[in-house]
Amino acid sequence: MERKDPQNTRVVVGMSGGVDSSVAALLLKQQGYDVIGIFMKNWDDTDDNGFCTATEDYEDVIRVCNQIGIPYYAVNFEKQYWDKVFTYFLEEYKAGRTPNPDVMCNKEIKFKAFLEHAVNLGADYLATGHYAQVEYRDGEYKMLRGLDENKDQTYFLNQLTQEQLSKVMFPIGDLEKSRVREIAREAELATATKKDSTGICFIGERNFKEFLGQYLPAQPGNMETFDGEVKGKHEGLMYHTIGQRHGLGIGGSGEPWFAIGKDLKRNVLYVGQGFHHEKLYSDSITAVGVSWVSNQEKPKEFECTAKFRYRQEDHKVTVRLLDGDKVEVVFHDPMRAITPGQAAVFYNGDECLGGGTIDEVYKNGERLTYVG
Amino acid sequence: MERIYLDHAATTPMHPRVIEKMMEVMSLSFGNPSSIHSYGREARHRIDLARAELARSIGAKENEIIFTSGGTEADNLALFGAAESYQHQGKHIITTQIEHHAVLHACKKLEKLGFEVTYLPVDETGLISLSELNEALREDTILVSIMYGNNEVGTIQQITEIGQLLKNHQAVFHTDAVQAYGAEKIDVNESFIDLLSVTAHKINGPKGTGFLYARSTVKLAPRSFGGDQERKRRAGTENVASIAGFHQAVIIANEERSAKREKFFEYKEIFQEKLREREVDFKVNGTLEYSLPHVLNLSFPGTSVEAMLVNLDLAGIAVSSGSACTAGSIEPSHVLVAMFGKQSERLINSIRFSFGFNTTKEEIIKAAEETARIVSRLKK
Repeated sequence: MERKDPQNTRVVVGMSGGVDSSVAALLLKQQGYDVIGIFMKNWDDTDDNGFCTATEDYEDVIRVCNQIGIPYYAVNFEKQYWDKVFTYFLEEYKAGRTPNPDVMCNKEIKFKAFLEHAVNLGADYLATGHYAQVEYRDGEYKMLRGLDENKDQTYFLNQLTQEQLSKVMFPIGDLEKSRVREIAREAELATATKKDSTGICFIGERNFKEFLGQYLPAQPGNMETFDGEVKGKHEGLMYHTIGQRHGLGIGGSGEPWFAIGKDLKRNVLYVGQGFHHEKLYSDSITAVGVSWVSNQEKPKEFECTAKFRYRQEDHKVTVRLLDGDKVEVVFHDPMRAITPGQAAVFYNGDECLGGGTIDEVYKNGERLTYVG
Repeated sequence: MERIYLDHAATTPMHPRVIEKMMEVMSLSFGNPSSIHSYGREARHRIDLARAELARSIGAKENEIIFTSGGTEADNLALFGAAESYQHQGKHIITTQIEHHAVLHACKKLEKLGFEVTYLPVDETGLISLSELNEALREDTILVSIMYGNNEVGTIQQITEIGQLLKNHQAVFHTDAVQAYGAEKIDVNESFIDLLSVTAHKINGPKGTGFLYARSTVKLAPRSFGGDQERKRRAGTENVASIAGFHQAVIIANEERSAKREKFFEYKEIFQEKLREREVDFKVNGTLEYSLPHVLNLSFPGTSVEAMLVNLDLAGIAVSSGSACTAGSIEPSHVLVAMFGKQSERLINSIRFSFGFNTTKEEIIKAAEETARIVSRLKK
């Protein structure tokens, strides 16, 4: 893999107005690259007063780019985001699942539409402020976890392919978050002390329930135990995620109550007592839409580790390749609250192998239909 | 990298003679024009000289020139000032769909204040129809605001015919001449114009100054209150140095008008010729017949304005699109929407090239070649 001199290498940095992408741009500029900052607008949240988060964030992008001394522009992907990410997001909720829009956004927008835009501007690389690392080794690109274990974002990047990785840079992937902040402070970047964004980008700090209710009609129904005892009402199945205690409002004595499953047909939320309720546990899943980072052929069955939600610890699993882009994943130990719609992401040590979407959940060879 | 500035419709560089004049005034005449002492008189004299020249440039009288902070303030003063003064004679206003936002957003506000506004459509060249204007006129129409030359596509309206049509009607006739002033010879009497807005920075003068011409018979309620400046129609200490710079810019604009017009029309031809030579597919937005000499708006099928603008900028060529792109929100150009409809591909693939006093033929050729190169690369 040959690389041109930095001076002759144009890198487009996807800038969000946050500290991570600000430092990513700064580091590339210091390394001598021909850097261009681009702000991506995927969502319009302009309120009645004309206030829009994107406008505020873009103001920060402008200030930082002027400090670093690089040109900046903006690009609009609202339509693509709506078609490819938000539509999927709503469909998944309608199907009783808990989607991960960030995985889809990386796959369809940041590393597809945005990458194409960067290439159209003559860029050799697209850089982002993700905590992940790309390494060219043994004739192929490897995606490695970010050095900062706490911040590692490979979970969200699991769908990236060789083609994409060949054009991607993660300039802060080998840094600790605290170091990133420090660099920003030393350079007196306008975003040095800006709060990290939390939650799903288009919802931001808003109330999730209220937001979702604007797009999907909430259908109240019963909360029942598996024995059929009605424990109260829920406001809509989509507001509940399996394994969560939040918002059930069931009083009484004994252990706290948890959401355990859903019956979409009857619009019933299954609830049960105790964090370790046995019905929250499963021992294998199938995942669909699986994409592998490497193009090399995989053995039909292999052992590795996996994460089933962001920031979860790695768990030992056995992966069996099924037809198409489907796999079976057998856990070495039973796992609690596996959530269909979330990503199952596979690792070998520090290397992210790829991932897919959790589809069906099993225990003792039997499908747990109540979790989806 | 050598840069080429082809965005003179957005703003222009100051002419060296303007800078020289302003330096002189800033150094020597700092007085407040309202003061009674010699310093004040000196500053006042500068303004008087400017006012006389500006009035002469459009066939107006000196007391009909009101200095403002620029085109936007002139438009706002014209619209709100006239609307307030004539509201007892009616509450109907006519304008067009292709006005600058300084007029359109002022009209939106007037609607909220209880006025009724008719927004005239335009044809594919950006021209309003005189008969549609005539039909829209009502007994209670008090104000008609129609821009002189469009800032995005350059189309010039039939201002004199409109003036004639309105001359026996109670409605006051305002025209936003911000883009046309300097490029076109304007006479407010020949064209029966009652109110006319102008800004300095489009004609190589400084930013932050402009004027509103208001016919002496027209009533105009003020928008700002304070001192007695501008015959109480615009309170606030005058921006003396900028007004002197504006004065100088107007002198130059008048001297050089015909030579520049000829040169710019030739540039338009050369630009298109170069594109044709390179077999670039393009369409002209607007018309080449009744158009401002310095504005050329082209549509490049199969491209996107976002990629075009950035690529041109990275190649050192400064141009713009009619769409307002702030923080990545693309508001399609209301002018192109009015001309071609909401579904037109032109909304997302049109670029405005605009020329100025220091634009050279070599720059035009280089910009056209670079544009051709980018268009073919993007269409691959």
